[in-house]
Amino acid sequence: MNDSLLAFFSRLRAFFFKTSLDHDFDDELAAHIELLTEENVHRGMTPEEARRVAFIKLGGVEPAKELHRDTRSLPFLDSLLQDLRYTFRTLRRDIGFTTFAILIVGLGIGASSTIFSVVNTLLIRPLPFRDPASLVWIANSPGALGLSGQTMQVGHFLDLREQNKSFSDMAAYFAFYGVGDNKLTGIGGEPERLTSVPVSQNFFSFLGVEPQLGRFFTADECKWNGPHVILLSHGLWQRRFASDPNIVGKSFTLDGQPSTVVGVLPASFDFATIFAPGSHIDLFNPFPLTPETNRWGNTLAVVGRLKPGASARSAQAEFTILSKRITHDHPERNDIDASLTPLASHVSGRLRPALIVLACAVGVVMLIVCANLSNLLLARSASRQKEIAIRAALGAGKARLIRQMLTESVVLSCCGATLGLLFAFLGTRVLAHLTSISIPLLSEVHMDFSVLGFTALVAIVTGILFGLFPAFQVPGIKLHDTLKDANRGSSHGHARAWIRSALVVSEVALACVLVVGAGLLIRSFLRVLDIDLGFHPERAAALRVDPGSGYDTQEKRNAYFTQALHGALEIPGVEAAGLTDAVPLGHNRSWGVRGKGQIYKREEYPDGYVRIISNGYFKAMGVPLRAGRDFTERDDLHSEKVIILNETLARFLFPGKDPIGQIVNADNPDRKVVGVVGDVHHLALEEKSGNEFYIPMRQTQDFGSVDLVVRTSLPNSELVPRLREALKPIDPTFATGTLRTMQQIVDKAASPRRFVVLLLAGFAAFALVLASLGIYAVISYSVSQRTQEIGIRMALGASAQKLQASILFQTLALAAIGILVGVASSWALARAISGLLFGVTASDPATFAGMLILLTAVAALAGYLPARRASRIDPMSALRAS
Amino acid sequence: MSPQLDILKGNLDLMVLQTLEVMGALHGYGIARRIGQISGDTILLNQGTIYASLVRLQQRGLIHSEWGVSNNNRRAKFYSITRRGSRRLASSARNWEQLSIVMGRFFAAQKEPQR
Repeated sequence: MNDSLLAFFSRLRAFFFKTSLDHDFDDELAAHIELLTEENVHRGMTPEEARRVAFIKLGGVEPAKELHRDTRSLPFLDSLLQDLRYTFRTLRRDIGFTTFAILIVGLGIGASSTIFSVVNTLLIRPLPFRDPASLVWIANSPGALGLSGQTMQVGHFLDLREQNKSFSDMAAYFAFYGVGDNKLTGIGGEPERLTSVPVSQNFFSFLGVEPQLGRFFTADECKWNGPHVILLSHGLWQRRFASDPNIVGKSFTLDGQPSTVVGVLPASFDFATIFAPGSHIDLFNPFPLTPETNRWGNTLAVVGRLKPGASARSAQAEFTILSKRITHDHPERNDIDASLTPLASHVSGRLRPALIVLACAVGVVMLIVCANLSNLLLARSASRQKEIAIRAALGAGKARLIRQMLTESVVLSCCGATLGLLFAFLGTRVLAHLTSISIPLLSEVHMDFSVLGFTALVAIVTGILFGLFPAFQVPGIKLHDTLKDANRGSSHGHARAWIRSALVVSEVALACVLVVGAGLLIRSFLRVLDIDLGFHPERAAALRVDPGSGYDTQEKRNAYFTQALHGALEIPGVEAAGLTDAVPLGHNRSWGVRGKGQIYKREEYPDGYVRIISNGYFKAMGVPLRAGRDFTERDDLHSEKVIILNETLARFLFPGKDPIGQIVNADNPDRKVVGVVGDVHHLALEEKSGNEFYIPMRQTQDFGSVDLVVRTSLPNSELVPRLREALKPIDPTFATGTLRTMQQIVDKAASPRRFVVLLLAGFAAFALVLASLGIYAVISYSVSQRTQEIGIRMALGASAQKLQASILFQTLALAAIGILVGVASSWALARAISGLLFGVTASDPATFAGMLILLTAVAALAGYLPARRASRIDPMSALRAS
Repeated sequence: MSPQLDILKGNLDLMVLQTLEVMGALHGYGIARRIGQISGDTILLNQGTIYASLVRLQQRGLIHSEWGVSNNNRRAKFYSITRRGSRRLASSARNWEQLSIVMGRFFAAQKEPQR
């Protein structure tokens, strides 16, 4: 081992055996002195003289000890420990200040760490799959909103998989699975609706998932009409099967069919959080890639894994060419124009701007926290000047004093960080359990080492940042003046006041930016909630009522629908009832549609979103009928085929003509237009979905699920049992699906926006509180410094009102500068968030005016309290005080 | 009083090592006195610095110490050189001799006459 390493370990050891080594050295020195004294006596000195000379020769006992200690141990660590001890003593003495500072830092760091863990999960940490960077989302066409535009036909998938050279493999799942599509019966307990996702055979191995129990699907199981087999999600296995270790091979009834469990997925695999945020998936079943499923049209959501060395860009170039060729070779299929995005950006790309805004907001909050604490520490160091001067007089170097001050602030911020970690722990737990928010990966948010590391970093940087100003005040302290108590009104005091005012101004400016940002987003959010969705979500609710497997002909099913509707309508309090295959803001699919005889080029062929509905649906949903009539019970198998268009489609297909009575080709048969209804926001709250049309449920078999929508004033708790009662006669195994109110569905669609708005509003509120505290602290400090002056003024006849007004004016002047800077910077910064705004401009005057009023009011309040105190100063006691 | 020589830490350490090599186990006071005698009191230095030097040497494993009793029956800490210390001393001494020869030559060199 080399010398310096040996020395370091030896020093480290010495650090921990300080006391015993000190004793040891005391003895050694004592012996030395004795020996020296003895020798001096030998030389003929008197014992006193001998001893004195011995001390001189040694160069003094204390310096020798100090030298020994410094050489022996780690002097840096020693003095750090000393500083820490001193810090804790000081902080304990000033418990009010300490608590307050720790609380502020704790809240700030708690917020930062929580947001960091969200950003880390969504934007930084790789997806929880094998080699996630090579995964690419392959959509059917670029920029498509609806599911039909995102998905591709089975034939295309097979051709692309075979012909491409960029991907080592491609996998797919069936994107049109319905929530609660599968009815689980025959395992005891109530029948239950479960959600199952059909996947291609290679789906799990492609992603690098290993089964917890059993195996994945075999090729045989993925044939058309293959055996009924399922994989259980970890959640369902735990919940419904009590984590039965022998579940594999067992069979139970799913949709009236016996199905065999072949395996259980691990807890680490959460399909929903990545591909369908805000929902949960119970089962997986094999999806056959066969000519039969090819006929279903665009159905597959596709993911590819790039070969080593291939990039998404080069793959895109290849797929563009492949798409053209395949489209050309297969006129019988739908068009394809494959569009590739890295899976990670497909999953969380849409949230990226919002998250960046949140991250910046939290950064601003931390800056305000720093400014605030800086301010408090400055005030504190002013009152500690004497203490510092005494320490300096006793020989503490300036560097040492600065280090002491910085140690204090870092200790404060580290204590705050500990509290902050607790907040962040709670915060991430709450976020991860917000099941009603459709943000991908949110359930994966948790504390990990990167969050801890981040917190530690923030704590130290924060501590140094807010300790910097107060620490560098130290060298300016004038020893003599301070000790003589004569520094009142010195120029040094002015410099300090100037810094403190600057800090308050920046606090106000930063708060201003946050308030404007939050204000703009809140206004956008309110605008979104205010949108005329084209339907009335309030008092409407939907319940899955798919006909059981017993209803095996269309005749029987139609009878079932009629009975179900009648049953629902008989419930007192139900005003309207209708059936649909897809409620708004949920699933969607689009078909080609044209007026009979109209000719379009292939790539211009119009399409529209299709809904399969029954009579009464529009009324139950509150969709206004613009012209013609609603469907009736008589629009069934045997009557004329009919269709209802929305206004946009009616205008598009038959511009300037009366659409009623026109013939339209949508699915195969010619359909006569019998009605026109208002446009509905089916895809997203913020936008209309364009072309839409409705086909009566009794005239088609092309739907995957049936929801009963009722409009009622009954509370949910009453509605569900009543509905079950009403449906019992037609389906005794009616499963307890969950009733979803339309309001819940709308709220969920608004949830990512609500999430961002709530957090940002919280930050802005915190910022406001901090800024007002900052103002209050500065003004009340200046009042207390000026007590004497105020006393003199009052003694000379200044009125209380006048004094109050002058202090308020001082406050508002500070606030005004801050607001001015803040308005300018928010004006610039608001442009950056314009992508998140809806219905308001980045320079929305109402928001800016609101912020102005709010901040002025807060500043006035923060200044009023010290002003009132000043006006109540008794001149006599103020003058006597010093 | 003659001006005392300022002395570098490393040189003091070397003197202490050499003293222990020659004298065997010795306590701090003994070492300080010995260095004083050898140098003819030209370099000392307050004796306290001896202890810092002893700590440094000990940290590097060049000497070791134990409590013992001095010849006039006093308890004192005795230092002695380790094998590692002897080896280090030998190589350092060689260095020193060479360096001092070279330095001597430098100082002995006369100013060259101007042409």
